[in-house]
Amino acid sequence: MEFEFFSPAFVLLIAAVLICLVKGHARTAVILVAPIITLWAIWQIPDGVQSTVKFLSYNIEPVEGSPLRRLFATIFAIMVFVGGLYSFRIARWYELAAAFAYAAGAIGVCFAGDLITLFLYWEMMAIFSTIVVWCGGTPGAKAAGIRYAIMHLLGGVVLKVGIEGVVVGTGSIQIQPILATDFSTWMILIGILINAAAPPVSAWLADAYPESTPTGSVFLSAFTTKTAVLTLILLFPGEPVLIGIGLFMVMYGIIFALLENDVRRILAYSVVNQVGFMVVAVGIGTEMALNGAAAHAFAHIIYKALLFMSAGVVIYRTGKNKCMELGGLFRTMPLTCACGIIGALAISSFPLTSGFTTKSMISQAAIDSNLVWVYMLLTAASAGVFLHAGIKFPWFVFFQKDSGLRPKDAPWNMGLAMIIFASLCILLGVFPEVLYALLPYPVDYQPYSIGKVLFYLQLLLFSGLAFFVLLPLMKRTMTISLDTDWFWRRAAVLLFKVIERVFASIGKVVSHQRTRLQKFLHRVAVRYLGQPHTADSEERGVFARSWPVGTTALWIAALLSAYVLLYYL
Amino acid sequence: MNDEKQLHWLVRPSTVRKLWIGSIIVLALVVLAQTVIYVKGYFGFDAWFGFGAVFGFASCLVMVLVAKLLGLVLKRPMDYYNEPQDEPQDEQLSDTDVNHDKIKESSNGV
Repeated sequence: MEFEFFSPAFVLLIAAVLICLVKGHARTAVILVAPIITLWAIWQIPDGVQSTVKFLSYNIEPVEGSPLRRLFATIFAIMVFVGGLYSFRIARWYELAAAFAYAAGAIGVCFAGDLITLFLYWEMMAIFSTIVVWCGGTPGAKAAGIRYAIMHLLGGVVLKVGIEGVVVGTGSIQIQPILATDFSTWMILIGILINAAAPPVSAWLADAYPESTPTGSVFLSAFTTKTAVLTLILLFPGEPVLIGIGLFMVMYGIIFALLENDVRRILAYSVVNQVGFMVVAVGIGTEMALNGAAAHAFAHIIYKALLFMSAGVVIYRTGKNKCMELGGLFRTMPLTCACGIIGALAISSFPLTSGFTTKSMISQAAIDSNLVWVYMLLTAASAGVFLHAGIKFPWFVFFQKDSGLRPKDAPWNMGLAMIIFASLCILLGVFPEVLYALLPYPVDYQPYSIGKVLFYLQLLLFSGLAFFVLLPLMKRTMTISLDTDWFWRRAAVLLFKVIERVFASIGKVVSHQRTRLQKFLHRVAVRYLGQPHTADSEERGVFARSWPVGTTALWIAALLSAYVLLYYL
Repeated sequence: MNDEKQLHWLVRPSTVRKLWIGSIIVLALVVLAQTVIYVKGYFGFDAWFGFGAVFGFASCLVMVLVAKLLGLVLKRPMDYYNEPQDEPQDEQLSDTDVNHDKIKESSNGV
C-alpha cells in the first residue's frame, strides 16, 4: 500500500466513522486495531516529500516523512491504542469517535509537508478536541468547552494570518526553519504558542482539561501541546525568544500546581510545566537540544497519560476530584497507586525512569551552549516538579490522611493500560538507546554517570524533604486560583457591562431629547394647525381655518398684479 | 496498642517514625557519598560539596513561599466564576419607551 497522497491520519479518521456506525465487540475491535494499523502505516512512510498536488497555484504536499515526524506520529499512535484500551468500556461512543478524529488531526500535522495542509489538520484538532471537552457533560464542561473552542479558533486565525503573510511575502508554503523576524512569522509563532499553552493564555489548558471525563482528559493531555512542540521544532528551531517563554511556563506550572486543590488541575498545570522544558529546548536549538525536546515529548506523553489515567481511575471509582476529599486510597487501590507513583517518579526525572534519560538531554544542551542561568533554572524546576507532581499528587491522593474511602481498584482494561505505560516509563529509563535510535539527529550522549545520578538524587531527595518539612504551608484549601483566564472570564465581561451601560445612557439621553423635540414640534403644529378633529373652524390654527372665497380671490388678484408689475420693471 | 493494631501497617505511628529515621539516614548517605564519588561540575560552583542537596531544598523553599504569597492574592472560593452576576437597571429605559409610544399614538390623528 502506498501512502503518497493519504496520510496515516486517514486510518484513524475512518476508524472514527466506524466507531459511530458499529456496536459491541466490533466497535472494541475497531478501537484496538485501528491504532495498530496506523502505527504500521506510519512506518511505511519513507523520508522526504511523497507527492505534490497542485491546488490553486500552490504545491500541496499532503505527506512528508522524516525521523522527527515519524517519532511524534509513533507516540501519538501508541497513545491512541493505550488510551483506547483504557477507555473503551466506560467512554461513550461519541467521545471515542471524537478522540480518534482528534488524534487523526495530530498525526496529520506530523506528516503535513506544507503550511496549508498543516493548518487544515490543526483546525481539525481544535474542533474534535472541543467535542472531547464537551463530553464531560456538566454545565462546567459546556462553558469550558466554549472558552476552549474560542481560544483555539482564535489561535487558528492568528496562525492563518501568519501563513497568508508568509505566502504573500515569500511565495512558498514549505515547512522550513524560520525565525520570528517580521509580522507574519510572529503571527505563525503566536498561533503555535497558543496551542502550546504559552503565556499569557496558558490558562486555557488548566481550565478545559479537568472538565472533561476521566477518559477524555487522558487523550487531551497528549496531542494539542505536543503537536505544537513538533511544529516549533520544524519551524522555529533556535528562536531565542522561546527560551524565555519556556522558562516562564516551567515556573508558572510549578507555582500554580502548588496552589491547586483539584487533582487533574494539578496535572494540567504540570503539562504546561513540562511543555515549558521542551519550548526551552527548541529555543536553544542545537542538535542535542532538539533531540532532547523530541525525546522529552515522547516520554512526557507516556508518563503524563499514565498520571491522568491514575487520576481518572480514582475519579471514576470515587466520584471525587479534590485533594481535600481524597487520601488513604493506597489501601484498596494498590495497582493505581503504584502506577501513579511510577508516573510521578518519571515526571520528576528520577534515575531509571524515562524522565531522567530525556529531560537531562535538555539540561545537557543548556550546559553545552553555556547558558548558566537557563541550566540553573531548569535544575531548580526539576526539584520543583518533584515537589508539585512527583510527591504532591501521590501523597494527597493515595496517602495523606485516611479519607474513609474504600473504592475498588481499576477495572482490568484500565489496569492493563496503566501497566503498559508504567512499563514503558521504566523501559525507556533503563534502556534509553531504544528511544535514542529514533531521534532526528545522531545521539552522542551518556545519560548515566555515577556523579550525575548522585547529583540528581541529592536534588530530588532534598526536594522531597522540603515537601514534608513545608507540608503545613501546603494545606489544601477549597479554593481555585485566579489565572489569566480571569481577564476573559471576568474582566472582559465587566468591560462589556461598562460598554453596555455607556451605550444605554447615551441611548437614554438621545431618546429624551427626541421626546422633547417631538413635543416641541407637536406644540408648533397645534399652534398653527390647531387641535385636530374640531368642527369649529375658529378653534383651529391659522392655517387650518376655513376662509371666505372672496378673500381668496382678493389675494390672488393682488398676487397677479404684483407679478405683472414685477415683469415689466 | 489495640488501636495501633487496627491501623494499616503503613500508617501506624511506629512505622511512620521508622520511615522518618530511614529517610534521614538515606538523605545523609546521599550527601556523604559525595566524599567518595566525584560529581562533575559544569560551572564550578555546582561541584561544591552538597550543592545538589542545598540547591534542591532551597529552590523548593522559595517556590513554596512564592506560591503561598501568590495564593494570598489569587485564591478565590470554588464558586467564584459561578456567582450569578447582578442585573439591575433596564427599568428606566423601558419607561421612556412607553412615553415615546404614547406620543406616537396621540400624534397619529393629524
